[in-house]
Formats: sequence, C-alpha cells, structure tokens
Amino acid sequence: MTPDRVDLAIIGAGPAGMAAAALAAELGLDTVLIDEQDSPGGQIYRGIERAPENTPLGADYLAGKSLAASLRASGAAYLPATTIWHIDPDGTLSLISAGASRTLRAHRILIATGAIERPVPIPGWTLPGVMTAGAAQIMLKTADLVPAGRAVLAGQGPLLWLVAAQLIRAGAPPAAILETTPHRNYHAAARLLPATLWPGRRALRKGLALIREVRRAGIPIRREVRGLRAIGRATGDKSVERVVWDGGEIAADLLLLHEGVIPNTQISLALGLDHRWDAAQLCWRPAVDEWGATGVPTIAIAGDGGGIAGAAAASLSGRLAALDAAAFLDKLDPAERDRRARPLRAALKRQLAIRPFLDALYRPAPAVLVPADDIVACRCEEVTVAQIRRAARLGAQGPNQAKAFTRCGMGPCQGRICGPIVSAVMAETLGKPIAEIGAYRPRAPYKPITLGALAGLGAE
Amino acid sequence: MQRFDAIVIGGGLVGSAIAYGLARAGLRPALIDEGDVAFRASRGNFGLVWVQSKGLGAPHYQRWTRLSSEEWPALAAELAERTGISVGHERPGGVHLCLSEAEFAERQARMEQMRQEAGNFGFEYRMLGADELRGMLPGLGPAVVGASWTRYDGHANSLYLLHALHKGFVARGGTYIPNRTVDYAAAQPNDFRLGSGAAEISAPKIVLAAGLGNAKLAPLFGLSAPVRPQRGQILVTERAGRMFEMPTTTVRQTIEGGIMIGDSMEDVGFDTSQRPDVMAAMAERAVKSFPWLAELQVVRAWAALRVMPPDGTPIYDESEKFAGAFTANCHSGVTLAGAHANAFAPMVAAGALAPDMVPFSAKRFDVPQAA
Amino acid sequence: MFRKRPDSAAPTVPVSVEGRDIRVPAGASAAAAMLLAGFAAIRETGVTGTPRGPYCLVGVCFDCFAEINGIPNRQSCMVRVAPGMAIRRQHGRRAVEVNDA
Repeated sequence: MTPDRVDLAIIGAGPAGMAAAALAAELGLDTVLIDEQDSPGGQIYRGIERAPENTPLGADYLAGKSLAASLRASGAAYLPATTIWHIDPDGTLSLISAGASRTLRAHRILIATGAIERPVPIPGWTLPGVMTAGAAQIMLKTADLVPAGRAVLAGQGPLLWLVAAQLIRAGAPPAAILETTPHRNYHAAARLLPATLWPGRRALRKGLALIREVRRAGIPIRREVRGLRAIGRATGDKSVERVVWDGGEIAADLLLLHEGVIPNTQISLALGLDHRWDAAQLCWRPAVDEWGATGVPTIAIAGDGGGIAGAAAASLSGRLAALDAAAFLDKLDPAERDRRARPLRAALKRQLAIRPFLDALYRPAPAVLVPADDIVACRCEEVTVAQIRRAARLGAQGPNQAKAFTRCGMGPCQGRICGPIVSAVMAETLGKPIAEIGAYRPRAPYKPITLGALAGLGAE
Repeated sequence: MQRFDAIVIGGGLVGSAIAYGLARAGLRPALIDEGDVAFRASRGNFGLVWVQSKGLGAPHYQRWTRLSSEEWPALAAELAERTGISVGHERPGGVHLCLSEAEFAERQARMEQMRQEAGNFGFEYRMLGADELRGMLPGLGPAVVGASWTRYDGHANSLYLLHALHKGFVARGGTYIPNRTVDYAAAQPNDFRLGSGAAEISAPKIVLAAGLGNAKLAPLFGLSAPVRPQRGQILVTERAGRMFEMPTTTVRQTIEGGIMIGDSMEDVGFDTSQRPDVMAAMAERAVKSFPWLAELQVVRAWAALRVMPPDGTPIYDESEKFAGAFTANCHSGVTLAGAHANAFAPMVAAGALAPDMVPFSAKRFDVPQAA
Repeated sequence: MFRKRPDSAAPTVPVSVEGRDIRVPAGASAAAAMLLAGFAAIRETGVTGTPRGPYCLVGVCFDCFAEINGIPNRQSCMVRVAPGMAIRRQHGRRAVEVNDA
C-alpha cells in the first residue's frame, strides 16, 4: 500500500466490508480493509475463522467462513487491529495501530461499521451482571464461554431466540425467557403477514424453527412482559440478584437484554452526513442512494450501518457498493455496473421482504425509548433521564445543548449508548418529533487515542 | 408583539452574562437565542479565567480583565446560591510555560511591557525557572525552561457557567426565547423591534451579543462589530486523579478529572472541522510539557470558532444613531463574565456606557494608524 | 458469571486476574477473562464509585475499563488475552504515576 492513494478504503470487516473488499479487488481496485478486531467477521461473524464445523452457533453463522476466505484470497490489503479516529471528506483517514498513529489516503471510503444493540434502559440496567444478548453471543464466538448460574434472556427480536437456541445447544440453557413484545405489535404484524408469507417464507421458517427449538428444550417463557427491572444485591458488588416484572419475578445471576439492533451511525454523524429518522425501525439512518452513495462523493455506506437488513443483505449491499466504487473510479463501465447489479438487487429485495413484518412485530415499547425519570440515560457520566428533561425545560433544544448542560454524551462512549435515549427523551419533553430534535454530533477522535500516539511518538 | 425592558440577542456566555446582570438590576429582559446547531463559541471554550496574557498594548483591556477577575468569585458564589450550580471557579494563579530560552525571553518582555503599561494600576508577575516550577507542577518535562506566573489567573467550568447564567436569568424573571434567528429588525432611538418567524418582540434597549452573528446585525442598529472567526481546537482526556493544582495557558484539569489541552489558533473562516495535524501539534506540546500525559487517552475533542475583533481587544459600543442599542464582542466570554454581569450590564441598565469604555468602541478602527 | 462450554476444546492461555492465576481460552478478551474468573463487577466508576461490569463486549459501552499489565483504563473487551497478562479491576479514575527527577 505504498502508492499515494488507494482506490478504496473500507471500514469494518463484517459481511458488508468483506464482500465489498473481495469484489473490489476482483474488479481491479487497489483496496484496503480496515477493522479494529484482530480477525475478520465483524460482530456477526466474530471469530469465524477459528469456528469448528460443529459450532453451537449454527449454520447461518458458519456461512461467514466463505466470506472470510474470499477476503483472504482476494488481492485486498487487510489491516486488522486498526482503529479509525478521524476521516476527512477529502479522503484522508487517520488510523491508530499498535499505539502509533498514521494516515492513509483513499479516493473512496466505504463505511461498513454495521449495527449496535439498541440500549435497553430498564431500572437496574447498569448493574454488574446485566449485559446485552449479543454480549453472551460474543463470549461463545470468541472464547467458547457460556453463562454460569441462572441466565435470564429478556426483550424481543430474532436475536433473542437465536441466542437462546445457541445457549441450549452449548449446554447452558437459559433459566427463562421474558419476551417484552407488546400485545398491540401482534395486530400490526398480523396485518403485514399475508404480504410477507411468500416472499419472506425462508426467514419466517427459520424464526419459527428457532422458537420451536427453544420451546422443546422446556425453557420457561413469559410473553408480553412489562415493567421489567433488575434488582441487585444489597451488598458487595451489587450485581444482579433477581429480575422482576409486572406479575412475576425470578432469581438471576445474569440478565441478557435485547430490543433489536440499530445502525452504528457514529462515523456517519461525525462526518456531518444527512440522516433521516426511520419511523418503522425507530432509529437514525444515513441518507444513501441505492448504491450506498451519500451526499459526499468520497463517502459511501454499506451494510446494516445504512439501515438494518441482516447479514445476507449486508454482503449484497457491500458488493453493490464495490461495483459503484469501481464505476466512480472509472474502472467499470456504468452499464456493466448496472448489469452486474441486477441479480444482486433481486437477491437484496428477497432479503428485505421480511423486514416490515419484523419491524412491526418487534417494535420496542415506548418505555424502551423513553425510560422513567430516575433511570440512568448516560452510563458514562451517570446522568439520569430527569436531568435530561430538566435541561430541555431550561431551554436545551437538542442533544448537543443537553450535553453542554448535563455532561451526557461527554464520556468515552461518545454518546453511542445514550444517544437514542437522549433524543427520544428530549423529543417527548419538548413535544416535538425526534426527527426535529436530531442526534449528537460526534467529533474526532471516533475512538479514544492516547496523547502519545496523537503526538506521533510511535508504538508503545 | 411582546414588549420587554431590554432585548439581548445571543444566548452564549457574553449574552447570558449581560442578560443575567440586567435581570438582576430589576429589568425584564428577553434573551433571544439560536437552536441546537449554531456556532456557539461558548460550547467550545477552554475555561480559563485568564488575566496575564490580556491587553498587551491596550491598558484599558488589561484593566477591564483584572476587574472581571476580581468580580468573578462574587459572581460564582451568587450563582451557586441562586441556582444551586457550582461553576467550579478556582483562582490559584496560573502559568504560561516556555519551552525554549527564546520563548522565555519573549514572554518576559511581554510581561514587563504589561507591567509598564499598567502604570499605577499595577501588574505583578514573576518569571519562574524550571526548578521552581517543578515544585508547583508534577512531572514537568525537561523541555520546559520556565514560565510566567501571576496570581490573577484561574479557571472555571464554562458549560456550568453558561447553564448557571441561563438558570439565574430565568429565575430572576428573564424570558428565554430559544430556537430563533432574527428575520427582521427595525431600529428607532430607544425603540427596537425584532421579528422571528411569527413572533415579534420590542424593547427600548437592545444588546447585540450574537458572537460572529454580530458582524451582520450591528449595522442595522447603527453599530459596527467587525469580528471574524478564529478556529481553536481542544482535546480532553479521560478522567484522571487530580494532578494539577493550577492551570497553564494550554493545559488545565477540570474538576471532573479530565485534562484539557488547547490553544490552537487557525484562520480558516467559518470552518469547524478538526485537523489531525493541528491536534498532533497540540498533543506534542502538551507531552513535551508533561511527558506523563502521553499515556492518557483523548476521549473527546472539538473545534470551535472564537469571536475575534481585528486587534483582539473587545469591542463595546453604544449606538449614536439609535440611542439604547449596545454591543459586546470578545473572545474571552468566560474571563469577562464578571465584568459583563457586574459592570457592563449596569451601564446598559443606566442607559449609557461609562466614559472609560470609549477606547473599546469600534470607532478605533476608523482612525488611520500612525505611520 | 461465565464458564467454559461443556464440550469446548479451545486451547487456553495462562493469565492472572486480581493476582489469581487462571487459564482462559485463547480467543477470550481480558473482559471475558474477568467474567470467567467470577467477577460480575470489574470496576468502580470515576463519577460516583458505583460498581460496573461489561455491558456490550463489542467496544461500544466503555463499561469494561480494567487495568491490564499495569496500564489503567484499558477497554478490556478489545484486548485479547496473552500468556502472562495481568488483569486487575479499575477503581475509579485512573491514577497517574509521575517521576519527578
């Protein structure tokens, strides 16, 4: 990677990034794939190269192996254990690797940083022993570790059932599943079912199979759970001791929460790209065209970071972005680009068929977006919902002003976790739609970097 | 049409300090402010309440800064009592570090000039050598040759100050009108009307404190505010145990424990993007000053635009054409908060600026420079 | 908090958690090592001293700060274990050691 500029720099080695890198290299683009983990796969395929064929994680997970293999076999350069801390729209990336900062220039940058879990701000969500369902999955994927003691899964969404099934196969069945799907969601989803049945049949079948697998294992399941809260021990490390909900409670050593995933918009917001509030998925998404191109010609987005659609859709969108990058850089004729895109678009359409149904069925209850006053909204700075409301009543018009008044969003996570909560709380307090309230404007460094590395003092 | 005793345009540190002072003086002021996305120099502030570097060649500015520094503790105490918000003001004195003999000599010359220009008003400073400095600042790097020190310097939390001024203003009966830009303005002597969207407000007194926005607004009121943007970037580290007992011009520790590093000066127009090379240069100087800083993680950083008058000295003015119109412009909204609330606002309330404010008038830019 | 999967054949690596020697799977993060060692809380916050444990394990929440090989405030879910790694809980704000010549 010694030339002055590479053609395409891809951020994120999940399905979108891996697929984009392999195809871009095949199309003759000088490509580099940058990722902060030390092996490819992103989060959904984390640890995929070392996964055994009989992994409890299942066939869908194993499908990531071929993507990783294609990446390795391609001519794309791969920079693992490398973090991006600044991007200039002129195509300059500031990276940090092994404690040293360096720059890389690209003609086109593809952001493929995927999705993150929606924060689940129930009372007690900051207690030790309360984690996301995805976290339990990461323990399995990276280290073959399973919960010891009583693990309770709570929330809703396909991942909830997937993790439950994976834990059962791994010999550590959860103690209970508390599904929070509100009753009204079933009516909304039922209305969409006729149109979804045929085009979404594969996904529906898979989902039903997972639910059946979990039921057959005899796990206690509660539906329409409301008022979920985690209670911690009175002494010692205050870790979670039991989980309570309206009408029930259960002892727990580990509480795994999940209320769906949302696009990871940290870099796209930092770049000042246009974002829209998606009312169906209840999240911000960057404004992109059908190729993933944004309002800034050098920047494109692929995968769940542009809108939640799942791993298979992500690799398709990665390939579409690679085709578009090649055309943008005059290495592919636009008509040829369109021709090659056609089967990808058809496949993408099939992948997207299930989404409206899932979005309706697993729509978070209002309290997930706007929690009660005494709940911590900003975990890093320990700012409560009440403090955010007070800032709004005192004149803060959006999350950036609220940040100035309360310190919410000033911690190391830079608003990744609290962002959705703060925007929703302010919207409700000010009586305005979230779309009008806006989101945090993150700045560089996108991830923390030491002063020494920043000063260019080299590796530690 | 809502009528007030005074309108302050601009809800940043300058506007809200003046508005607070007006409310405290018994007026019913309105404070009109922009929305969540605005340049807002006040949100980018480093937080120094700084005297030693201010007013070289402009003794009136030196005196005004000292006055503000003296008023600061009372203002901070009053805000704490009335709003419950502690703005974290400390005045332990401060230093400007010099990383070479040449820097040290130049700094000494500046300090000496300040002292001479202060005349009877007095300006006490000391030049400290590296050995003496080492006793005051932990882990000082070998590259540090010395520093200038005065007892007048200190620091505070600028965001808490802004919040406290807003809260105090509202508590005193002020009306805060956020999320507005001024669509039109009509000026008559002692009669000013502003329209913003469907809303209209009027008052016999108006203060333009809209930062960079003042440049366009001022002529509508018979005033001139030729300010331009100067970009500054700031880095903030993770929270650390308390290391510093006093601030320096480019490195200070907040009450929460994060260490702030600052002081770039870039002439780039209305551009708030960050520059990695500038951030690197700031980091380098900080690490040279305190090598142990190298291990700390920068968890946040930003770029903001200072409101910079052509000669760096504040512009305070009252309109001759339209009596009752005033303007305040400076790049030191934190340092001058004491003067703005406790000296400038009472002048506005009384209807005229004091005679010793004349050197701050924008008329000084009309005078051709002596050859 | 966590244990090895019953059928796991993952190779392990020796580390120490709070001074106690423990073997953890080679792909585990330092955060996972602490969870395996039985800790639910791995730090106290620098704001109020409240006990916290990891929440997301994917580098987003920054609740997994721990001291690794003597360096405080490391995002432990982003650091893979290595033989001999010394992992300790993080108590509040990081301390800074300064050598005054």
